[in-house]
Amino acid sequence: MTSTKTTPRSATGSVALHGVTKVYGQGEHAVLALDGVSLDVAPGEFVCLVGASGCGKSTLLNLVAGLDRVSGGRIELGDGVNPGLMFQESALFPWLTVEGNVDVPLKLRRLPRAQRRERVAELLRTVHLAEFGRKRPHQLSGGMRQRVALARTLALDTPVLLMDEPFGALDAMTRDILHDELERIWTERKLTVLFVTHNVREAARLADRIILLSSRPGRIIYSTPVDVPRPRRIDSPEIGSIAAEVTGRLRTEVGRHGQ
Amino acid sequence: MASDTLADAARADAEISGLDALEIAGRQKTTTRAVTIWASTWPKLAALAIAVGAWQVVVWAEVWPSYSLPGPGTVWQELVRQAGGAQLWDGLATTLRRAAVGYVFSVGVGLLLGLAVARFRVLRAAIGSMITALQTMPSIAWFPLAILLFELSEEAIFFVVVLGAAPSIANGVISGVDYVPPLLQRAGRNLGARGLNLYRYVIAPAALPAIVAGLKQGWAFSWRSLMAGELIVVGISQTSLGAQLTYARELADAPWLLSTMIVILVVGLGVDAAFGAADQAIRRRWGVLDQTGQ
Repeated sequence: MTSTKTTPRSATGSVALHGVTKVYGQGEHAVLALDGVSLDVAPGEFVCLVGASGCGKSTLLNLVAGLDRVSGGRIELGDGVNPGLMFQESALFPWLTVEGNVDVPLKLRRLPRAQRRERVAELLRTVHLAEFGRKRPHQLSGGMRQRVALARTLALDTPVLLMDEPFGALDAMTRDILHDELERIWTERKLTVLFVTHNVREAARLADRIILLSSRPGRIIYSTPVDVPRPRRIDSPEIGSIAAEVTGRLRTEVGRHGQ
Repeated sequence: MASDTLADAARADAEISGLDALEIAGRQKTTTRAVTIWASTWPKLAALAIAVGAWQVVVWAEVWPSYSLPGPGTVWQELVRQAGGAQLWDGLATTLRRAAVGYVFSVGVGLLLGLAVARFRVLRAAIGSMITALQTMPSIAWFPLAILLFELSEEAIFFVVVLGAAPSIANGVISGVDYVPPLLQRAGRNLGARGLNLYRYVIAPAALPAIVAGLKQGWAFSWRSLMAGELIVVGISQTSLGAQLTYARELADAPWLLSTMIVILVVGLGVDAAFGAADQAIRRRWGVLDQTGQ
């Protein structure tokens, strides 16, 4: 029943899901987490996945990241692309400094030391943490830790970024600023981003396209482009009206589980 | 983005560094090293003074005759006299050599065993609980068998020391590996650490605090087993600390006996303090102290 294929056929930076299904467990206790999800993400596109609890958003990212196997269907990535994955928690290694954390993927790719030092400095400048390289993760705030995690993920030099509610645990002010930061880095590096959130406004602020997933099992039930020119503000009326539309559909979906 | 002017970028930079400065303010510690050391030292000194004082009071009360329980002053004089001779140092050297050999071997066995059990499910099912069972076995209960197998020899002591220490160390490794946060493992795998690299970059460092705790407990077990062994397995030519305790008792030389006991206590405390320092250093690096200790 398993046909896990991450077929390297499509263009670099694109992500294509064809009828992806994921089942957890076996027999009577089997849970269908994702049911035939098909999705084409163009290179450089910013797609936000929105859904209530149990819609399999995180499952989907794990599958694209190759940390889990699909039960059916297939996922296509560009040649040799290993997507970078970020979580709600920074998942930084507490035994390493900020620099050490960013250095890990570079070390694993066996880059020479001098080149690594240069890359680490450059990446820390990108996330505005150049002076904090010698600090340890516990000495930083939550927002700073997420920026270190972003720098560490960017060190993979991958065109595809998968983000699993990365700003979910941050206060609104910090989140606003990190939205600007992420948007800038996404533009500069021409990244493809698959961004999971349950915050509809956040999705409208960031996305080129919003995808709404149903819960148990996860299916795509709605998809809308966000045709608002950038730079955007999260409190602008255009973002507000798109968010209202998506929220309405999300509530209908949640209500469906209430009977 | 064409509208992203230089002024906009500068403002964004200022916002970010301002937020950072606000958020990490007050996280820096201000206490000096001397203050920290004194704060942890004076309670120990006070406790020591109280213990010696209580000892002196018991001696003054003449509960026991002074040839059975001499006072701190007499024992101190004996300790100074012993420190000037060769016997104490020979004994200490013999005991420490045995401790080191037995402990190092135990660490090797414990680490390998622990890793194997943590890694392979079959092994865990087979001997996981047996390791814990071994740990609960008082080491002195092994000596009759050890003496049957190895006679009154160095090997008998070594056998019991390893049986005492290795299970604790193995258990430390097992729990360390078991409790590596799954999130860190997923992050590590996503960053490209698979197979052995996952152990090198994620699992081993993440398990380090538990492994150090296991090493510390293993030391305590091996030191106790060694003392028990040296008391029982007397008669080998060398005069270890344990043998000296036995001789002192047979000669009813209470000052010698007590001064030897103090040496044993100090060695145990010294090694324990070294492990404690290693543990503290790790926890400080990890930031565990900052979260719980303030």
